[in-house]
Formats: sequence, structure tokens, C-alpha cells
Amino acid sequence: MRSNILLGLSFLLMVAALYLVFIYVPTEKEMGIVQRIFYLMVPMGWLALLAFLIVFIGSILYLVKRESRWDILAHSSAEVGIVFTTLTLIVGSIWAKPVWGVWWTWEPRLTSTLVLWLIYVAYLMVRSLAADESQGARFAAVVGIIGFIDIPIVVLATTLWRGMHPGPIIFQGGLAPSMLLTLLVSIAAFTTLYFCLLGRRIGLREAEAEIRKMSQD
Amino acid sequence: MKKFLGKVLAILWKDILAELRTRDIVVSVLVFALLVIVIFNFAFEPERVGLVACGVLWVALTFAGVLGLSRSFVLEKDKGCLEGLMLCPVDGDVIYFGKMVGNLSFMLIVAIIVLPILFILFNLPIFRPELVLIVVLATIGFASVGTLFSALAVNTKAREIMLPMLFFPIVTPVIIAAVKASGIVLQGGSLSNLSIWLQVMAAFDIIFLVVSSLVFQFIIEE
Repeated sequence: MRSNILLGLSFLLMVAALYLVFIYVPTEKEMGIVQRIFYLMVPMGWLALLAFLIVFIGSILYLVKRESRWDILAHSSAEVGIVFTTLTLIVGSIWAKPVWGVWWTWEPRLTSTLVLWLIYVAYLMVRSLAADESQGARFAAVVGIIGFIDIPIVVLATTLWRGMHPGPIIFQGGLAPSMLLTLLVSIAAFTTLYFCLLGRRIGLREAEAEIRKMSQD
Repeated sequence: MKKFLGKVLAILWKDILAELRTRDIVVSVLVFALLVIVIFNFAFEPERVGLVACGVLWVALTFAGVLGLSRSFVLEKDKGCLEGLMLCPVDGDVIYFGKMVGNLSFMLIVAIIVLPILFILFNLPIFRPELVLIVVLATIGFASVGTLFSALAVNTKAREIMLPMLFFPIVTPVIIAAVKASGIVLQGGSLSNLSIWLQVMAAFDIIFLVVSSLVFQFIIEE
């Protein structure tokens, strides 16, 4: 029931966000129509970070408490996070082509997103290559902790390395009110979608565990 | 504190003794690092090799480092040495620091031999002492997470691929900082340009030495 309410809310917000992005918000002067992709890219990037923060918290709680529900939370969040990181990279490339003239450039945010993606791919690989499930959960929790702590250092190193992204314009009040509204609604829509997907994935995983237990009895 | 150090040194001494008797890690890793340098020499035009020398150095040291790190726990896994180590009345962080210092010293020995050879092969300008500091800081970074992931990878089904998959993405900040810093040194840059990269590496080293020693016990427990 609760998940259905969440699903409905996420649907409504998503429709509102689409309306705002494609009809309401004015076209940006310099970048033109492609700038609208910004309202997708920022929420997706934010979700990737949120998902990996949940992985980090779930991993610590699992190592401390040894309750499998924390492991299920971390594992499910990592899967959703990987999907959104992949989408961020794809959408980022689509945006970069008309704006910078290239699909890919070793720009700090793109580079750190790619490194992030690689870390969490390794996180999921550790699970599938571990000897048994509880060992996989323990190892993955360690990678989830180390990986998340690594993110700020990767961002720092790549930013010092080179830079040409349109800066943190959002925080300098450089964004028109209508654009800010669109961005916020879009972020809200994607965040509810994330919790929706996370809830579904956890439910699925719990059902799997139950079936396995039944078949063993 | 003194007791802690004594236990760490005991594990370190065990690794050094094993290495002196078998020469399993340092020699093979050194030869591998030299091979990487030679192959890079063919991959780039000979005139342009001077420009990419820093990159070649760090690719060689990272790849060779990952090879040495994977050996470190494969040797422990043989004949149940790791179980013996875990039966010792010491905490997980003692085992971690013992193994870490061992890996660190083997990687440093390799780096100390590789550096002058690279300088001769690529006709680089005279050696600068700052380079030693960069190598030490970067190698501590490699050994800190490398020891943890080596212990992790050796227990998985695909240990050869698991270690690099975990190790490379996590150490990207160290690789970036080391390449940049040694580039600045070789071009005769000032210490102020250099200090930011040294700080990045030092921060990475401290953070991951602490975090790795805390989570190491969860890797080796059965």
C-alpha cells in the first residue's frame, strides 16, 4: 500500500517535471534547447550520490549489527545507484556533444562520475565472485565504505587536475527563478522515483530470500 | 604502543625473511616493471617519450604494484598461513599494519631500482630529491588500500581480476597526484605548485590507513 502511494506520487511529480522542463521553462539563451537536458542530468547525478550514501550507511550498519536487512538495503541501493550513474554518463555525453563539440572530455565531473561508476561496478562484482553469500555481503560492505570515502578525494583530485564545466552556477544565484523551480521539482520527482525503485528491489530481494529458505526446509 | 609496534615488526620480519629466502615478490615485480617501461617505449614515438616519462613511470609502478600486492596474500593463502596468522593472539589491525609495511617496503625497493633506470633509458634531466618524497607518499597510498583489497581478493573466486578492479578506481587520486607532482618536479617547478599535490596524497594516505586498519578485521574473519 505504502509503496503504491509512493509510486503514485512519483508518477505525478514526474509528469509535473516533464511539463515544467518541456513547456513551462524558457529556453536558455546561449546553449539553446539542449540546456533542458540539465534538468535531467542534475537530478540523476544527485541520485547517484544519494544512492551511494545509502550504500555507505547500510554497509556500516551491516558490519556493526550483522543483520541481513542492512545488507539488502546496501545491495539494492547500489544497483539503483549504478543505473542512475550510467544514465548520468549517457545523458552527460549527449549534452556534451552539442555544447563542447565532443562526446567525451576528461572534465572533472565526467571523470569523477566515471571513477564512481567503476568503483560500484567492482562493488557488485565482489558480491558475485565471493565464495558464499555472507562473505560476499561482508566484502561488499568494506568496498561500500572505502568507495564512498574515496569520492570526495577523487572529486578534489580531478578538479585540481583540470576544469571547464559551467561551474557551480546554481549556488551563486545565477539560475532564473523559473529554472530553479523546474530543477527542484525534477529533483523531487527523481528522488521519489529512487525510493520507489529501492523499495521494490528490497521487497523482491526479501521474497527471494524467503523462497530460498522455504526450498531448503 | 611499544607492544603494538613489536607485534607489527614480528609480522614484517616474517614477510622479509620469506622474501629473502624465496625472492618471490621483489624480483618478479621488478622485471615486470622494467618490461612495462620497455613496452611503453615501443608504444610511443622515441622523440616524444620524454614528454610521457612521468606517465610511463606511474603506469609501471601501479601495474607492478598490483602484481606484488596480489602475491602478498596468495603466499599467505598457501598451506594455510593466513589461518595461522589469524590464530595469533593479535588484533586485525596488527596483521594489517604488518602486512602493509611489508608490501610498502617491497614496493619502495622496486621503485628505488626502477627510477634511475627510467632516468637513464629516457634521457631525463638530473634526479631531484623531491621525487623521493612523491614516490614514498604515493607508495603508502597504494599499500594502504592495496593490502586491504589484496586480502579481500584472495578469498574471491577470480582473485587475479578482482584486485585490479577494486584497486585502480580507488587509487585514481593518488595516480593523478603522483603524475602531476613528478611532472612539476621534472620541469623544475617550484615547491608551492608541488605542495597541493603532496597534500592530496598525504590526505589519501592518512584517511585510508585509518579506515583500512579499522575494516581489515571484517575481511579476514571466517
